[in-house]
Amino acid sequence: MTQSSSLLRRGSRMGMPDGRRLALLAVRYGMLAALLMWIVAMSILSEHFLTIYNFLNVARQAAPIIIIAVGMTLVMATGGIDLSVGSLVALVSVSSAALLSAGLPIYAVLAIVILIGAAAGAVNGSFVCLGLPPFVVTLSALVYLRGIAFVASNGYAVPVSDPVYLEIGRGSLAGIHLPIVIAAVVAVAGWYVLNRTRFGLHSLAVGGREEAARVMGLRITRIKIAVYTLTGALAGLGGVVATARLANGSPNAGMMMELDVIAAVVLGGTSLFGGVATVGGTVIGALFLNFVRNGLNLQGVNPFWVQVVSGFILLLAVLLNTVANRRIEEWARTRPAAEEDEA
Amino acid sequence: MSQPIAGQPLIDQPLIEMRGIAKSFGAVRALHGVDLRLDRGEVLGLVGDNAAGKSTLMKILAGAYSPDDGEIRIDGVPVKFDGPISARDSGIEMIYQDFALVPQLTVAQNIFLGRELMTRRFGLPVLDRRSMADRSRDLFSALGLRVPSVDSPVHALSGGQQQAVAIARATGFAAKLVIMDEPTANLGAPAIAKVRETISRLKRSGVAVIVISHRLEDIFAVGDHFMVMKHGRLIASRAVDDTHADEIVEMIVSGRDRRVS
Ligand SMILES: Nc1ncnc2c1ncn2[C@@H]1O[C@H](COP(=O)(O)OP(=O)(O)OP(=O)(O)O)[C@@H](O)[C@H]1O
Ligand SMILES: [Mg+2]
Repeated sequence: MTQSSSLLRRGSRMGMPDGRRLALLAVRYGMLAALLMWIVAMSILSEHFLTIYNFLNVARQAAPIIIIAVGMTLVMATGGIDLSVGSLVALVSVSSAALLSAGLPIYAVLAIVILIGAAAGAVNGSFVCLGLPPFVVTLSALVYLRGIAFVASNGYAVPVSDPVYLEIGRGSLAGIHLPIVIAAVVAVAGWYVLNRTRFGLHSLAVGGREEAARVMGLRITRIKIAVYTLTGALAGLGGVVATARLANGSPNAGMMMELDVIAAVVLGGTSLFGGVATVGGTVIGALFLNFVRNGLNLQGVNPFWVQVVSGFILLLAVLLNTVANRRIEEWARTRPAAEEDEA
Repeated sequence: MSQPIAGQPLIDQPLIEMRGIAKSFGAVRALHGVDLRLDRGEVLGLVGDNAAGKSTLMKILAGAYSPDDGEIRIDGVPVKFDGPISARDSGIEMIYQDFALVPQLTVAQNIFLGRELMTRRFGLPVLDRRSMADRSRDLFSALGLRVPSVDSPVHALSGGQQQAVAIARATGFAAKLVIMDEPTANLGAPAIAKVRETISRLKRSGVAVIVISHRLEDIFAVGDHFMVMKHGRLIASRAVDDTHADEIVEMIVSGRDRRVS
């Protein structure tokens, strides 16, 4: 990993002892290491695990989560959270089915449902900018968006049969499922936005210390509305992918998906308090969750227990994210007093 | 609002002129029509009791707040700031009391926050991280300040080093005026000496400095003028060599200028 070697070099420039450098690396790449260890362990335990078929299958399951979690990473970079993405998936799912059966052209339907996602996100962002806590704003949206999905569909799931729409969930490109391709494109774009653009940097600044961002003249309102809008649009896209996989527009789609999305982001190392975020970590977090479920399923573990394990993994991730990592980082970065040169 | 004085020549205008600046926060009137004049290379000490309105006046000058009333002129030209960026574009920089740094971002990212250098890769605009790191390093060596690495996050720095970052950010972009809000609060003696040195260096290069400080000795050491504020009004102005600490303290406490009876 090129990033890890630059971290090592930076560590040594700062005169950090080896143990401390290793601790920083463990904090930063712990989840990747956990994922690799899990893959090794499962490969030994199950002959069906280490196959291209299974890996593509897991990646395809993770794809909608990854697509939405990239947006969530930006929201969390600003110190926010969006609990409404699962309900938005449901709204997009039933809207897709309804608009298609009303005879609208497929590309118009795709544009409209993604705009529905963006609009719902913009509403969330606007309320957050009024000073309401993101948790409460998007919890309300979680409730009312699914409510709208049920109202709009009368509670019924409607089959989707448009071939182009279904292709999004079931097609493939050079042997790779389209959902994976879409998730990869979204992840690369998200990495670029977060790490290489002003907008990404300013999102981190807003989440890191909003007052400093304000007096430095960053447009906080615009940034916040933008990250929620983007996440809404990506929830729309993720909703299309999920709906196309199931060939079904259902008001029950995306149930509890917000938790998987948030778990992926937190597992990946993005701070719950804003200011620190990583798209690469988010992808690894999403893969980790899905590989754990897949591995347990292949072991024949009772699916209810799989859910229990998923919950504990999230708890562990939050524990690492909030308390442990900060302690380790602080310890690793405290230089001996002699090295401290006063400015 | 005051009108420009007829017949006054346009050259020899003061660098900064604030006239009749008023600002309220809800029911609190923080400023009741304050005037301020400052020339190039002049060091002004802004003093006053807590809640006198010093920080508010300076945040208006730095574009962080907009005034309810009054006028700001730079080199005689009226300006209207729509935010800190436009004040910074006009050459006004502020070092905030809490440094206004983002702890999770690196030194270089903080220095260029809000005015990042950009370049293009594969036809896409990207942050020019190398140029920003190089220029940050140059900035520190030009200022004689030291930080461990421009790539380390600010939370890993000591208080003195964080202040160095804030100073580098405020002085590294061809400022005409640098405002320092309580620059020596919570600092040890060596760091205080460094701040005084920075102020003197800015003055020598023709940059004006406004220092808000409760430590009068700092202003006696490096300043030219005092401005005393109380309850949102300007009480008195004094040249540093025409006053002494007792008189300033007396005016801060009483809110009255004894020389105008
Ligand atoms: N953002 C704000 N919202 C509401 N009131 C404010 C705000 N900023 C300042 N004030 C009020 O305006 C008045 C002047 O405050 P200001 O911070 O300018 O004083 P100061 O002279 O800098 O005081 P100190 O020496 O304590 O820093 C105070 O009554 C303060 O409570
Ligand atoms: Mg103040």
